Amino acid sequence: MDVSAASTRQLVRMRGRSYVAFVFCPTVPIVGWLEEIDATLARSPGFFVGKPVVLDLSAVDLSQSAIAHLVTSLKQRNIRVLGIEGVDAAQVTTSMPPLLTGGRHCVLAQVEPRKPEAKPKPTSLLLESPVRSGQSVVFTEGDVTVLGSVGSGAEIVAGGSIHIYGTLRGRAMAGVNGNSAARIYCQKIEAELLAIDGYYQTAEDINATLRNRPAQAWLDGEIMKITPLN
Amino acid sequence: MAKVLVVTSGKGGVGKTTSTAALGAALAQMGERVVVVDFDVGLRNLDLVLGAERRVVFDLINVVQGVAKLSQALIRDKRLENLWLLPASQTRDKDALTEEGVGSIIADLRTKFDWILCDSPAGIERGATLAMRYADEAVIVTNPEVSSVRDSDRIIGMLDSKTVKAERGERVEKHVLITRYDSARASRGEMLSIEDILEILATPLLGIIPESQDVLRASNVGSPVTLNNAASAPARAYIDAVRRLMGETVTMMVPVERKGLMNRLLGRRAA
Repeated sequence: MDVSAASTRQLVRMRGRSYVAFVFCPTVPIVGWLEEIDATLARSPGFFVGKPVVLDLSAVDLSQSAIAHLVTSLKQRNIRVLGIEGVDAAQVTTSMPPLLTGGRHCVLAQVEPRKPEAKPKPTSLLLESPVRSGQSVVFTEGDVTVLGSVGSGAEIVAGGSIHIYGTLRGRAMAGVNGNSAARIYCQKIEAELLAIDGYYQTAEDINATLRNRPAQAWLDGEIMKITPLN
Repeated sequence: MAKVLVVTSGKGGVGKTTSTAALGAALAQMGERVVVVDFDVGLRNLDLVLGAERRVVFDLINVVQGVAKLSQALIRDKRLENLWLLPASQTRDKDALTEEGVGSIIADLRTKFDWILCDSPAGIERGATLAMRYADEAVIVTNPEVSSVRDSDRIIGMLDSKTVKAERGERVEKHVLITRYDSARASRGEMLSIEDILEILATPLLGIIPESQDVLRASNVGSPVTLNNAASAPARAYIDAVRRLMGETVTMMVPVERKGLMNRLLGRRAA
């Protein structure tokens, strides 16, 4: 058996299949119609990219060169024409897309380009520099993290917890939206005031033995607890 | 390239004007072309410290308002030919300063000098914000006391947000200058320590100026301390600070008090 001889004798099978394509029905003036296309492209660029497009020219009477010009105009806009419909066979040259007949109407599923989904709002705020005296950082959407110290006379207001990787010398108010599970953490506690969900302690109330140590503040019912962090 | 350096502090009476004069004179002595600009409109002092108060004809406000030309308002120091003063007005107040006016003066001075030292008024209002507005670098004058350090912290926050450089997303180079450092009180633990100050301000140290009668004496005779008595401890500390500003590496000397026998017997008291 000669394998190569056997393969050359394979039959070419033909099958018919129908597809859905966009049909463009240009109207006169063609220039105005092209402007409409441009407007569509401006709204959603790439809308027709890779989509099969058929030109139905039955509504207009175009010469051969005009049809050729129209096809190239569409090509410049990245729209490739799959076939032409509604003209005499004589008007279509071999360099143009083939003439199609027998098209049937169908409902075209409107494929709107998906709008970029709105990014979910960040739920934490990171501050990479120290918060200086007099500065007020308000972030009610979630946690605040400070990579540095919070100066005396500065304040941090957060909807969630507050994390300070430095000394807290100012005021920290966590869980301002009624989040009693929020906590305040700091590397060194010298705070003027700590508050969680409206319950607060001032510097005077903070146990002196905690001073200058890593600590966290949290709510136990209606009592604010400040405990060392180790 | 000209550098605009603001000498600021927030708190009053910490030594901004004295430091501006001392730093300016030391820079001029090193051959730099220096102008010191007094932003304390209404309460001008820099002319006194420089001993130029009898030669003031036009001032900063006159130039801002176009009454006088910049060259008419600049006063050249009699001792240092590289040192110039642009005095403030004593009869007006800070509202007479405009952002555009100050901006055009600073731009003009940049073409004429190597260093433009802006002596900021105390506070955080118009005078202080306009003094720092166009700064490339800042010297934050701090005394070793909690109130002064907290005010300095506030000013550093403003330098990082309210200056043209900060608004462009660049950084104003900041230096802390500790003045009126009393080594005797420090050894007794009665002042904030250098470490504590730097820890709170998180900003590099430019120098430590000891508390000294020489500073007061120099101000009274209208001469910057670096010029009046260059061998004195505060003058040497200012000169070292200027060398650091110029990019030299100079070891930091912490002024120390010679302990007497009684002190040694009593030992150090903890803070």
